[in-house]
Amino acid sequence: MTDLTALTIAEAREQLNAKAITATELTGAYIQAIENANEALNAYIVTTPEKALEMAKASDARLASGNAGELEGIPLGIKDLFGTEGIHTQAASHILDGFKPHYESTVTANLWADGAVMLGKLNMDEFAMGSSNETSYYGPVKNPWRAKGSNADLVPGGSSGGSAAAVAARLCAGATATDTGGSIRQPAAFTGTVGIKPTYGRCSRWGVVAFASSLDQAGPIARDVRDAAILLKSMASVDAKDTTSVDIAVPDYESAIGKPLAGLKIGVPKEYRVDGMPEEIEKLWQQGIAWLKDAGASIVDISLPHTKYALPAYYIVAPAEASSNLARYDGVRYGLRVPGKDIVDMYERTRATGFGEEVKRRIMIGTYVLSAGYYDAYYLQAQKVRNLIKKDFEDVFHAGVDAILTPATPSAAFGIADQDMAADPVKMYLNDIFTVTVNMAGLPGIAVPAGLDARGLPLGLQLIGRPFDEETLFQTAYVIEQAAGKFHAPKWW
Amino acid sequence: MSVDISTVKRVAHLARIAVTEDDAARMTGQLNTILGFVEQLNEVNVDGVEPMTSVTPMAMKKRPDVVDDGEKAADIVANAPIHEENFFVVPKVVE
Repeated sequence: MTDLTALTIAEAREQLNAKAITATELTGAYIQAIENANEALNAYIVTTPEKALEMAKASDARLASGNAGELEGIPLGIKDLFGTEGIHTQAASHILDGFKPHYESTVTANLWADGAVMLGKLNMDEFAMGSSNETSYYGPVKNPWRAKGSNADLVPGGSSGGSAAAVAARLCAGATATDTGGSIRQPAAFTGTVGIKPTYGRCSRWGVVAFASSLDQAGPIARDVRDAAILLKSMASVDAKDTTSVDIAVPDYESAIGKPLAGLKIGVPKEYRVDGMPEEIEKLWQQGIAWLKDAGASIVDISLPHTKYALPAYYIVAPAEASSNLARYDGVRYGLRVPGKDIVDMYERTRATGFGEEVKRRIMIGTYVLSAGYYDAYYLQAQKVRNLIKKDFEDVFHAGVDAILTPATPSAAFGIADQDMAADPVKMYLNDIFTVTVNMAGLPGIAVPAGLDARGLPLGLQLIGRPFDEETLFQTAYVIEQAAGKFHAPKWW
Repeated sequence: MSVDISTVKRVAHLARIAVTEDDAARMTGQLNTILGFVEQLNEVNVDGVEPMTSVTPMAMKKRPDVVDDGEKAADIVANAPIHEENFFVVPKVVE
């Protein structure tokens, strides 16, 4: 029998509907794969095999009675940031010890309503703050990819490092993830997987642990473009419980796949050519341009003049929102409590013990930039710059550009415990230099694998689209995938 | 702008995070690195630019002002470290 975990979601869907396999068999294969691999990779924080088999059994019943949903029997991994009723939801933080919500996030509820099966909760950077999955209270995730001839462990990227690693290592058919500054697209690029951050307002934020509310968006990480389209259709919805959820019907993203690119205008921004970028990334970008041109798209040089200010503006806006959102972790309502001599001492000890270094750093920055006397100089200035960044994109789209092609990251995956990054937080932040502009402007962005570097590590390209035009991104990313092929990590674990 | 160790301690207290002398010293350096990085925003001419207040241009959704949820006190306190009869229990705050 072939390995069932090798099937994409589209392939598994076909076989399940044809009764060639059962959801129970498929789920069993993933449970076994996780058991064999998780000690080495640390992608899952918690596995829920009993619940998975119970859900698979229900899926088999629905498949038999002809009531199958669009994701019937498809086993998924869920980032620990999503509230899952009665199941570990701790944002990979010590401060949420023992938290089991009495509710289900809208995104996961949508997936279960469509018949998906939950395998467990995936590792991530604490509160989604990080680009390497090393800030997790549960320890780093290892990238399934290693450089040729090397045994050195690499990071899977972050913050959705567990999601990306689990998809790349075939420990789930697809995964949920979230992206505040690049947390879906950067790990996707580091692991040879496809990740899409949809337009702000496309996926409900209800029931997802908040980091920076004006930037956070949920999206899928998947093995290929089609699977990403299938998952996003199910995750996205119009939700009265999220006031920023937009009242636009969710299209059938899969139908955009395979459409020719003739007539599409693709912009190439000169500001994404940064100092110190490896030549391989530049080559990959040129290759991507050539593929899209060959497929009939027209390529135009564009300028997004405020690009370089996106990352510094982000490191004001995101920490400011985080300092406010994370004020709720006070040792009273949920999670960890460390006793103190009075209530303020209890708050301070609880938060000192419960939050990791990076989270504390961002809360401190956020508190400082919002404090009396500094608000105008930092926060207000950053929100004005944010409008300029957004206007750069609006001008380009207004001039007729349909999508923008850029590299996804300025490098391939780096080593776990990288000394340079540990010594200078800003070095780590620079990982998001190409992705963060998209969050600042609320636009959709997709990362798609486009090749391997000289060491055999995956590299990705990013496509940025008009608001709520995820269809063009799927259409265009599919052309890149067809040209580049798919990449699978050789198994060492 | 940069911060000194006494500002870091004040901000830590505002953020309700206990810091030791060593923590504060380490954080001072790190925060100054980040503040140095964001400084470049001052180069941008923002004359006449409004600050962003809504990511997507849309009117805030409104719903009828009616009670449509509730009666779940037990659910709400279920995850509290200490609770009694649907109350959160905290250290004494009033003498």
